[in-house]
Amino acid sequence: MASPAFEDIAETFEFLDDWEDRYRHVIEMGRALPPMDDALKVPATKVDGCASQVWIMPSVDGGRFDFQGDSDAMIVKGLIAVLHALYAGAAVEEIPRIDARAELARLGLHDHLSAQRSNGLRAMVERIRASAG
Amino acid sequence: MYDVETVRRDFPILSREVNGKPLVYLDNGASAQKPKVVLDTIRRAYAEEYSNVHRGLHTLSTISTENYEAVRGKIAAFLGASDPDTIVMNTGTTEGINMVSYGWAAPRMEAGDEIVLSVMEHHANIVPWHFLRERQGVVLKWVAPAADGSLDPQTVIDAIGPRTKLVAITHMSNVLGTVVDVAAITRAAHERGVAVLVDGSQAAVHMPVDVEAIGCDFYAITGHKLYGPSGSGAIYVRPERLAEMRPFMGGGDMIREVHRDTVTYNDAPMKFEAGTPGIVAQIGLGAALDYMTGLGMEDIAAHESDLRDYARGRFGGLNWLSVQGDAPGKAAIFSFMLDGAAHAHDISTVLDKKGVAVRAGHHCAGPLMDHLGVTATCRASFGLYNTRAEVDVLVDALELCHDLFA
Repeated sequence: MASPAFEDIAETFEFLDDWEDRYRHVIEMGRALPPMDDALKVPATKVDGCASQVWIMPSVDGGRFDFQGDSDAMIVKGLIAVLHALYAGAAVEEIPRIDARAELARLGLHDHLSAQRSNGLRAMVERIRASAG
Repeated sequence: MYDVETVRRDFPILSREVNGKPLVYLDNGASAQKPKVVLDTIRRAYAEEYSNVHRGLHTLSTISTENYEAVRGKIAAFLGASDPDTIVMNTGTTEGINMVSYGWAAPRMEAGDEIVLSVMEHHANIVPWHFLRERQGVVLKWVAPAADGSLDPQTVIDAIGPRTKLVAITHMSNVLGTVVDVAAITRAAHERGVAVLVDGSQAAVHMPVDVEAIGCDFYAITGHKLYGPSGSGAIYVRPERLAEMRPFMGGGDMIREVHRDTVTYNDAPMKFEAGTPGIVAQIGLGAALDYMTGLGMEDIAAHESDLRDYARGRFGGLNWLSVQGDAPGKAAIFSFMLDGAAHAHDISTVLDKKGVAVRAGHHCAGPLMDHLGVTATCRASFGLYNTRAEVDVLVDALELCHDLFA
C-alpha cells in the first residue's frame, strides 16, 4: 500500500477507462497543486535536462518528507501532483523504499518515468530520493 | 498525376500504428521516413555488394566504389551542379557547415570581420560561426524576419558591410517554413565580394533547387531529411571556394602521399572526405534522390502546397490556435501554440496518444525563439506522403487539446 492520498488516486483511476479521462484527471490534479512561490524558482531548484521547465524544493519537518514543485507544462504539473501524493508525509527513511515507477504503473502513467522521456519526472524522482538520502 | 496513396505504399512504416492509432507522421522537418527502395538498396549494398571504397582492386571494391561514386553525380544533378566534383559527401548539413567554418572561413577571417546571418537559422548554421566569434573575434550580424515571418532580402543585403566576409543563411526556415530569396542575396553579396553559404536542409526536401542559378558558394543538404539514411549528406562547394578551402579532417582517402616529414593531399572533393565514408548510407541517399526525382520535385512541391493551403484553411478555423509565421510561398511547415496555458509538450503528448507525431521544443533555433518571445512551440511539418485526411486528424487532436487544457 502506498500513501492514503495515492491510494485515493488509484481508486479514482479504476473508474476511468480511457486515457483521455485519466489525463483530464491528472491535469485537474495539477491545477489543484498548491502554487510554488516564484521566489523558489531558482537554478538550485530547477531540474536540468527537461524540455519543459520543472522545479522542486524538498523539505523535512519532524522526520516527515515534503516538497513543493511546479512545471510550466500542465501534464507534467499533474504528474508532480501525483508524485506529491506518493511522497509527501512519508517518513524520510521510507523514501528510498517507495518504487515510483511501480506505483505509477498502477495508474498506467509509468511511461512518463522512462529514460527517453525528457519531461523531467525521472530526474525529479532522483532529486527526491537524493534529498532524503 | 501525383497519387499520394500510391506513394504511401512505398513507405513501410506508414502502415504501422502508434498507441493503437494509425501513425500520422508530421515530424518530417526533424527527419523523414524511408521508402522501401532505400531500405532494399541498403540491404543489397551490405548483403551482395559490400566492400570499402577507393582502396582495393578486387571486384567488390570496384562495385562498391562505383555505387558510392555514382551518388556524387546524383547529388550534383539533384542540386543543379554541372560538375560532380563540386559535391563533398558527408554526414549532413552540420558536418558540411563545420567544414566550411574550419576549412574556409577560419583561415581568412580576422577579429572584427563579420558574418551576416538571420535569426531563423538552425543551430547547425549558428554554432560553427559562434566558434569563430569565440576564438578569433569574428562578429555575428543578425537579421530578423518581418512579423509575418517573411525575410526581405534587402534587409540581409543592407547588413553587409565592408568587413563582411560571409553571409550564412537558410533557404527555408525549419520553424516557420519561410522561403528565403537566396539568389537575390547571393547576387548582391557577390557584387560586394562576399561569399554566401546556404543551409538547404529543409529547402532541398520540398522544392527544386538549382545551386548554379542561385549562384551561391556553399549549399549544404542532409540525407535523412531527404528520405535517405541517417548519417548521409553532402555540401556543394563552388570550384573557386573548393580551391581556397583547406582540409578540415585528416586521415585516409584524402591524401596523395604521406611521409615522415611531408604530406600531400588528394584532389577535391576527396581532399575533404577523410577516412572510410558512410558508404552504405550514401548509397541509400542515392536511391532516395532517385525516388524523389522519379516522383518529380515540381509535383512533390505542388502536392505539399496543396497540403499547406488545406492546413492553413483548417487552422484558420481554430481561433485559439496561434500559428507562427505566414510568409507568402511558405512551405508546409507550421509552428503553433494553443492560447492559454498549454505547453508545447502538453500538446505533443496528447497528439502522440492520437498517433500524431509532431515536434515540440525550440527546434534548434534559439535566436528565433527569442525573437518570437517563446520558449517552445509545436511544429507540424509535412512531407511528400502526407494527406489532407492527416491534416483533419491533426485538427481533431488539437481540438481535444483545446478541450483538455483550456
